[in-house]
Amino acid sequence: MSNSIKLTYQVSDDDFTRAGEASSNVKSKLKMMNVPPDAIRKVAISMYEGEINMVIHANGGTITVEISKDCITMVLADKGPGIKNIEQAMQAGFSTAPDNIRTLGFGAGMGLPNMKKYSDEMDIQTEIGVGTTVTMKVYIQ
Amino acid sequence: MTIKDISEILHAEVLCCEENITHEVHTACGSDMMSDVLAYVKNQSVLLTGLCNPQVVRTAEMMDIICIVFVRGKIPDEGMLELARERGIPLLSTKHRMFNACGLLYDKGLRGGDLK
Repeated sequence: MSNSIKLTYQVSDDDFTRAGEASSNVKSKLKMMNVPPDAIRKVAISMYEGEINMVIHANGGTITVEISKDCITMVLADKGPGIKNIEQAMQAGFSTAPDNIRTLGFGAGMGLPNMKKYSDEMDIQTEIGVGTTVTMKVYIQ
Repeated sequence: MTIKDISEILHAEVLCCEENITHEVHTACGSDMMSDVLAYVKNQSVLLTGLCNPQVVRTAEMMDIICIVFVRGKIPDEGMLELARERGIPLLSTKHRMFNACGLLYDKGLRGGDLK
């Protein structure tokens, strides 16, 4: 793994059944590249949470993943409604997901806190009515 | 115990990936909320759930869970079976409800794993 690899995924807007395809693809690529299992797990969980968020809240978006020798960087960009109050959104249990999402097993208000927990670095840029970009880094030990 | 033992204890039908049911499992979790599975599950290898949609299989995949047991007689559709087959995750279905299914497995030595 001397050079970095960049992967780009379009996350579709309304197909909940397909949510997670990008994360699944990244997970299997990292496995093939013999990335340590601990880093793979952190990437898989944080990216999957982010991907689900994009489908639930933001009509989909674009995910780019850059894999280098010592770090995996995920950038999840959407043109959704933006996050009104990041501090509130980061609280475990706070959710603005509609009820139908809860019947699908999500929307417990654990998405963003979990993304922060499983990534080594996380940055959120958001603007109301414009969109949100979440950047997460997982370091390969 | 093995996944095969689980199928016998719960009188569960093995719906796919029968070739993997000899795999050993030590810990399990039970939840209908995939949000909570993603947030709280650590190294558990079996997921018992009453939720039946493709995100259950995807959640298991992300968490390295190697077996899913659907309780209350839930039967996954062909799309879910296909996802599970691609990942080699056996899907089981039992008529037991969640509490009894967990209790029966606990009684035979399966545990919930450490609290984080």
